[in-house]
Amino acid sequence: MESIGVLLACPMNSYLEQQLDKRFKLYRFWTVPDKSSFLASHKDSIQAVVGNAAAGADAELIEALPKLEIVASFSVGLDKIDLTKCKEKGIRVTNTPDVLTEDVADLAIGLMLAVLRKLCESDRYVRSGKWKRGDYVLTTKFTGKKVGIIGLGRIGMAIAKRAEAFSCPISYYSRTEKPEIKYKYYPSVVELAAHCDILVVACPLTKETHHIINREVINAMGPKGVLINIGRGPHVDEPELVSALVERRLGGAGLDVFENEPYVPEELFGLDNVVLLPHVGSGTVETRQAMADLVIGNLEAHFQKKPLLTPVV
Amino acid sequence: MESQPPQERSEQPTKEVPHVLVMKPPPLLTLFEDKFISTKFQLLKAWESTLPLDQFLTAYAGSVRAVLCSGASPITPHIIQLLPSLQLVVTASAGTNHIDLNECRRLGIAVTNAAGVFSDDAADAAVGLLIDVLRKISAAHRFVRHRLWPATGDYPLGSKLGGKRVGIVGLGSIGSAVAKRLEAFGCTVLYNSRKPKPWAPYPFYSNVHELAVDSDALVVCCGLTAETRHMINRQVMVALGKQGIIVNVARGAIIDEKQMVECLVHGEIGGAGLDVFENEPNVPKELLELDNVVLSPHRAVFTPEGFMAACDQVVANLEAFFEHKPLLSPLIDE
Repeated sequence: MESIGVLLACPMNSYLEQQLDKRFKLYRFWTVPDKSSFLASHKDSIQAVVGNAAAGADAELIEALPKLEIVASFSVGLDKIDLTKCKEKGIRVTNTPDVLTEDVADLAIGLMLAVLRKLCESDRYVRSGKWKRGDYVLTTKFTGKKVGIIGLGRIGMAIAKRAEAFSCPISYYSRTEKPEIKYKYYPSVVELAAHCDILVVACPLTKETHHIINREVINAMGPKGVLINIGRGPHVDEPELVSALVERRLGGAGLDVFENEPYVPEELFGLDNVVLLPHVGSGTVETRQAMADLVIGNLEAHFQKKPLLTPVV
Repeated sequence: MESQPPQERSEQPTKEVPHVLVMKPPPLLTLFEDKFISTKFQLLKAWESTLPLDQFLTAYAGSVRAVLCSGASPITPHIIQLLPSLQLVVTASAGTNHIDLNECRRLGIAVTNAAGVFSDDAADAAVGLLIDVLRKISAAHRFVRHRLWPATGDYPLGSKLGGKRVGIVGLGSIGSAVAKRLEAFGCTVLYNSRKPKPWAPYPFYSNVHELAVDSDALVVCCGLTAETRHMINRQVMVALGKQGIIVNVARGAIIDEKQMVECLVHGEIGGAGLDVFENEPNVPKELLELDNVVLSPHRAVFTPEGFMAACDQVVANLEAFFEHKPLLSPLIDE
């Protein structure tokens, strides 16, 4: 398979890169001085694209690669891949579900605890050397808080399971109600927001869910509400969120994703009720290895004409 | 010079309402004083007097039958001696290491603590600290706030919580609340306690060293006693290993802090989440430089809900005592 050309959209994992290099003819897209002339001269050699949450395969790239057979994403999210175009052209698409579910759910709970119990703020306070006796600051109890989940897929369910161990009542919004699920369903995000203390975004990013957290939802959450986003930056109308936090119309936020990564609105840096992470949802040694193995496994299966491990299209 | 204790100057209470001595106000009292207004007792606030404590007690606390204490005002044999009528010690904390329990037992003085009411918050903080250390939440938050993300690119990878073997040191109210939470994350829970707990479905280890050998992380939830002082020492930490994490929401002195700092600085353990220290509010300055530790100023139980529940429990115990009813949370010898 060393002659099969694989285009790696951006740097994502050195183990993955190594493995791709060993098994295929690897092209590192970000090292190319002129992308369009590169594509023009290599269009017949590239049969696979490996993308992630930052860069995938849009219509333009797909059109430029007539020999493209498979797009393997180093992520579970597919928002950077033009799925319609792939279906049209018979291009296979794979992602990395299940292996990262636990890490993302763990991080969602970690963010809830960090925001409510002010863990990052406490750490900063102690490191400043200013801790003195008699400095009593109360933080917000997490146990028993109502958790509202947008999107009750694998990650949403894993978040629910963890929050239940903290006696948190669970409610959710989903495209359709799931009658077999015992959690309370709300038919709209605004209603869900009005009835929970902590709102978590755990759904895929699509045209429908773009800016699913907007001013109306933020207003419904209220000045004690806390937003946790472990989905995609564009799920949230970011300027609206920033002004709500700065003006204290919203109680707090734990954000792993942003509309324009790696840029984070600087107005958030000075707030003690906000925790900001550099998109580390699946960022553990164990999980990234499992994700990389899944990408390699899918590519090998495809080129060996075996069934794909985790096909989406 | 004083002619009356501070109380009587301002409030003119009736002689029938008994006093509860408070030598220094616990955080509970400072933050929620109005919750301590009762028809069954009144507070005798030693700290408001200009007299040195010993003199104050001799002058005004001779008939005091109950004292409300905390870490800042320990109940030592010396203090007990100055309170000849003492029958009840109430502490506004779960911890009782600041009370000479042997002396109280010897003299038939009952002790109550704020057991149970702080367990959820303490457990939440412990789990929060563990996730923070493993997933580098506070460190990554610093990274973003210092504007390093655009320049530096991807943040270093953390370690997965699921599948980790977590050893709980002390499976009391707080330890079992931690265990329940960690199970939902797919952790394997192990524990060490003075005696095995018949209700606990987790493997029991009779000493903390063996627990450490078999664990990826230790969460300290036990009380501070003569036996547990410096129980977590270099030997235990080396057994835990270079990737091992320690979380402490109990008392600083359970860990040999000097040895822990050395182990952290030399990479003999992987990281630590600490809410308590041997000499608060002093924190070893080496810790302030490390990215693999998360530090908290002894506020694991500092939530309004937890504090209000503790107030209710303290007041309920005091009122029960003065009404000759059974105490709500007397300390049980385990």
